[in-house]
Amino acid sequence: MRYAMAVDTHKCVGCSDCVVACQTENNVPIGYCRDWVVEVTDGTYPNLEAEIRSERCNHCENSPCVRCCPTGASHYAEGGVVLVTPEKCIGCGACIASCPYDARYPHPDGYVDKCTFCLENRVKKGLNPACVSVCPTKCMYFGDLDDPNSPVSKVLKNRKYKTLIPEAGTNPQLYFLI
Amino acid sequence: MSTRRSFIKISALGLGGIAAAGGLTRMAMGSSVMDTITKKTPGKEKLLHRTPTYCEICFWQCAGWVYKDDEGKIKKIVGNEDDQHCNGRFCPRGTGGIGQYYDEDRLKTPLIRTTIDGKQTFREASWDEALDLIAKKMKDIAGKYGTESMALFSHGSGGAHFGQLLKAFGSTSIAAPSFAQCRGPREVGFLTTFGDIIYSPERIDIRDTRCLVLIGSHLGENMHNGQVQEMSDAIDRGATIITVDPRFSTAAGKSKHWLPIKPATDMALLLSWIHVLIENEWYDKEYVALHTTGFEQLKEHVKTYTPEWAYGITTIDPNMIVETAREMRDASPAVIINPGRHVTWYGDDTQRLRAVAILTALLGSWGRRGGYYQPEKFHLPSFPVPAFPTPKRQPSQVYEGKYTLANEVVANGICDATIPTGLDKGKYKGWIVNGTNLLAALPDQAKTLKAIEALDLLVVVDTMPIELTGYADVVLPECTYLERYDMIRNSNHRQPNLALRMPATEPKYKSKPAEWIAKELAGKLGLSAWFPWENIEEMLDWQLKKAGTSLDEMKRIGVKNFPRETDDLYFKEGEEVSFNTNSGKIELYSSDMEAAGFAPLPVYTAHEEPPDGFYRLIYGRAPMHTFSRTANNPNLTDLMDENVLWVNPKVAKLWGLESGQPVKLKNQDDVISTFPIKVRVTERIRWDSVYMVHGFGHNNPKLTRAFGRGVSDTELITRVHIDPAMGGTGMRGNFVTFITDINNTEKEAEV
Repeated sequence: MRYAMAVDTHKCVGCSDCVVACQTENNVPIGYCRDWVVEVTDGTYPNLEAEIRSERCNHCENSPCVRCCPTGASHYAEGGVVLVTPEKCIGCGACIASCPYDARYPHPDGYVDKCTFCLENRVKKGLNPACVSVCPTKCMYFGDLDDPNSPVSKVLKNRKYKTLIPEAGTNPQLYFLI
Repeated sequence: MSTRRSFIKISALGLGGIAAAGGLTRMAMGSSVMDTITKKTPGKEKLLHRTPTYCEICFWQCAGWVYKDDEGKIKKIVGNEDDQHCNGRFCPRGTGGIGQYYDEDRLKTPLIRTTIDGKQTFREASWDEALDLIAKKMKDIAGKYGTESMALFSHGSGGAHFGQLLKAFGSTSIAAPSFAQCRGPREVGFLTTFGDIIYSPERIDIRDTRCLVLIGSHLGENMHNGQVQEMSDAIDRGATIITVDPRFSTAAGKSKHWLPIKPATDMALLLSWIHVLIENEWYDKEYVALHTTGFEQLKEHVKTYTPEWAYGITTIDPNMIVETAREMRDASPAVIINPGRHVTWYGDDTQRLRAVAILTALLGSWGRRGGYYQPEKFHLPSFPVPAFPTPKRQPSQVYEGKYTLANEVVANGICDATIPTGLDKGKYKGWIVNGTNLLAALPDQAKTLKAIEALDLLVVVDTMPIELTGYADVVLPECTYLERYDMIRNSNHRQPNLALRMPATEPKYKSKPAEWIAKELAGKLGLSAWFPWENIEEMLDWQLKKAGTSLDEMKRIGVKNFPRETDDLYFKEGEEVSFNTNSGKIELYSSDMEAAGFAPLPVYTAHEEPPDGFYRLIYGRAPMHTFSRTANNPNLTDLMDENVLWVNPKVAKLWGLESGQPVKLKNQDDVISTFPIKVRVTERIRWDSVYMVHGFGHNNPKLTRAFGRGVSDTELITRVHIDPAMGGTGMRGNFVTFITDINNTEKEAEV
């Protein structure tokens, strides 16, 4: 099993619903976020192009954060989802520094927090992650890459895509349809 | 301005309460985080219970579910999958609606204006005392000036309850800024063409369209939930999007063609498109022959509006005008020239929307799949009440001879008529304002303040201490939509449908539901006959049982969709259709416009251009905010806590501006923004314009997150171009320049 997510940059309007839905679903304190929106504009007026991406932890197959964690708090869970066990985390911040995607933040309660793909609270109950299920543009696809019929497998089969900072060698599992 | 009604910060008496409550809220949130950490194991989580609601953060009114934990604490709000407005997916504002409930800056108790040691202030009052005072003043006004001298301004669900009260009292002056400050021109433009309006949610079939044309409409930033969802579906299906905007909007970024038009010239483009369709015979000949009148006059009228003519005005390449017209023809009838929503721009807006309606007719897309569908609404009977008294004066009489085509009450017309002139002491002496911050909603703030100054009574019913509350005689704290019942939502859509809003929890503080406030006030005015139900549940249950359901069932399902009564979502091919116009046809040449003394075919008028060193002020929406009402919502300010000023790099270079630099703005009438705004240097805006999101720059210090953040576009909109046809307030004819030395313009903050 290999959980992954694809975000369609052609459909995302950058509304940030994914951010609020994640915050309310996962009790992320206000002022912090596990996912966020990036908008990139290229060109000069009037020859312009824009790309909008909803970003989060890339749940890398080769995760620097897991490798550098001194306590084992950062670990691979079911389907390759990268998680942090708050009870084991000492808040040293090594993982934050190691992440090429700046996907982690220090939670005010003293541990490091990040996107979980809603593994425990939603995915294991057969639901999509909160961001995927709320998105008004339905621009996010989630599922098991080992299952050829999962929404994410299907869309990656049919569409051109990219990952972020592939040169970091982390083998990210967050794909962007372009 | 005289000091009779000076601005009051919500009283110092409330301060202690605010601070304490704020502290408690934050503690509670902290502990809830701990709860979930200790309860990570599945099965040990708190059970969530849900109750139905429909959202009040914007006018789209998506139906959803409010989830609470065992302790009754609201945790999240999600969409109802059966709801046609949202299809189970809320937008960021709806998801963040929870923040309106938890906002510790909320109004907490009724307040009455009083003078202590010569200084005006608010004092806390009981509901009884506050409502007694309002009732007494309303009776005084009725005795001295007549019941018709009371007006209601509302936006949102409270309007139905206070509207009932006002009609029972003897006034029909019930206005919403959603008409003359927003969508009015399009309703009138389409009414005079097709004999029907667009409704809300709009009857546009984006889901099945093959070509969507957005003119100054920035869907995606403008988070009309159902429309944004359907635009995404249309993208999936390969529909062509054409965006006309001086700004490279989000929608422009998704478009096959972006037409970076010179602002204020849209009419020239529309007329040219009509010209191209007719000259090339690209219009739907069969449809035009069957359903329309006035084609020959139209053809003659647009003869000279060539793409080359339009190029000189709009700066759009003539080939692109032809190419985009061809795209529309290829897609027709599954093409939508989006009528937009906030369309009060330049004062000739009804005519511009007439041009949109004419294009729609030429392309045969009205009543066709992928164009405009025919919405249907459920026939829900109202709870029986006695006939309302007939007021001595209808609102349209206060602006007699003007705005003759307005099919709703003109809010600015009421405001203007309140201001005494010469011998006229002002036609309104009391206002009840619910759910709209008139100082941000109506342009020309000085005028609005002049009207307020002339009032004997201003009652503001709101959830938040907004700018307007500072000028009220009585402030009533309304509870949020999550804490109350309202009328059944009954909307026009593809299928008739009803949705229930019920309280998920008890009202916080001393706030009360609008329906309760209106009923109590009616009691004190001796008008209980118009509120004959014991409580609103009884009234809703009566209505719902007539609809073949019940309050109990609706509490379980939230939304009920009904089959259509007639199978006419789209016209049948070749079918004769009777339109509700004078001729019974689609009027390309409008007899209504002609009879009212306006051009029966739309004409191009050149609009004023910015003076040297000034830039046209363009404003718009952000997907995470609604007007000025969400600017303090903790969840939504977390996403965007101030607006920024989009400035083209060429302009920035000229002025030495850098991204992030705060500037103040001065408009053509020397009005200087109260607060600074940060510059965003971006290629996405034309060099002759600047852009900001509406709804920021709040100056009520009680809005702790919103106060002083960004600039209020409304305060810079002092020149208003009134649409003579329906009273719309054109707001896009204002120009601003930069004040880079912001410290030298610091105005004395209001205390």
